[in-house]
Amino acid sequence: MNDTVNIIKVGIADMNVVQSPSLIRTSGLGSCVGVVIYDTQKEIAGLVHVMLPDSSLAKADSINIAKYADTGIEELINRLTKIGARVTNLKAKIAGGAQMFQFSTQNEMMRIGPRNVEAVKKELQRFRIPIIAEDVGGSSGRTIEFNPSTRKLNIRTVNQGVKDI
Amino acid sequence: MSFIEQIKGHHLDILREVGNIGAGNAATALSKILGKRVDMTVPNVRIVSFDEMMDMVGGAENVIASIFLRIEGDAPGSIYFMLPLEQAEKYIELMTGEENFSFDNPPYPELSVSALQELGNILSGSYLSALSDFTKLNLYPTVPALGIDMVGAVLSYGLMEVSQVSDYVIVIDTAVSEQEEIKDSVKGHFFLLLDPESFEKIFSALGVPLDE
Repeated sequence: MNDTVNIIKVGIADMNVVQSPSLIRTSGLGSCVGVVIYDTQKEIAGLVHVMLPDSSLAKADSINIAKYADTGIEELINRLTKIGARVTNLKAKIAGGAQMFQFSTQNEMMRIGPRNVEAVKKELQRFRIPIIAEDVGGSSGRTIEFNPSTRKLNIRTVNQGVKDI
Repeated sequence: MSFIEQIKGHHLDILREVGNIGAGNAATALSKILGKRVDMTVPNVRIVSFDEMMDMVGGAENVIASIFLRIEGDAPGSIYFMLPLEQAEKYIELMTGEENFSFDNPPYPELSVSALQELGNILSGSYLSALSDFTKLNLYPTVPALGIDMVGAVLSYGLMEVSQVSDYVIVIDTAVSEQEEIKDSVKGHFFLLLDPESFEKIFSALGVPLDE
């Protein structure tokens, strides 16, 4: 086991791109959604850790574009094309958007998971990027890791173990 | 301008006092339930990025027991009581008399989960009532939710409100420790995360508004 595989880590409200043989990973997705977009012809992929559905929710002057589904997905596509991906070859896999806590509160923010998933799907549709696989909803946190050469998305949860989609 | 830039040194002192009063009351409650002495640190008030906050309790992927409630009323926010799994197991054993309880094999007995939830209920309730008495603000807790899951997945809920305003969060962190062992070891953390608009309300209630 002398092979050291480089794993690019993506934080919360963060994004990055990767080329094989490196892997890309984000940890502890709850209501957030991890969106992986990859090129089916080249071994290139990108991952954005979306925290909120829409940049119109921002109350600040300058925004972190990786935080929102609308701005994050658009920027990720830009970055992928910059390193050689073609928009027509792009496909997506998504995971996350859980409802971690059931609250009887008026606060709309507590059902943010399903709203994030809806927003991500709408945005991918806007760019005509098909979703090949998804693991969304439920009430468990997820850690995901994508391998651009096998195009498998590995998903780990606390109670349901590990699976590939 | 971000609200965080308006916060000065003396505001952080006030937040430290807020954490001190809340967690002090909760530590007393914890020590009564467990029948042993529980100590707490002077609260640490830090302005950190979201990823840094996760690192304070072992990183986004670390699996932890957390009791989470929302504060509603005059100054909304979130309270977390976070425990390493082995500590939560120990507390469950102490309260229920059950031996060798472990989070490794779900589903967990209802009594164990409910004991831990009740512990969280009492602790966060006492934290909040001290806060409410100190500020004279009306603050109501939601029923606490218990989660055994990854730090990132549970903490991101408390970050939803602040994330619409900023990429940084003000964390009022108080560590709970037991002194029986050879040296003090941290047993758990109380986190108070106020929604952005609540800071002004708390500072005004205590006579030091933000814009002075």
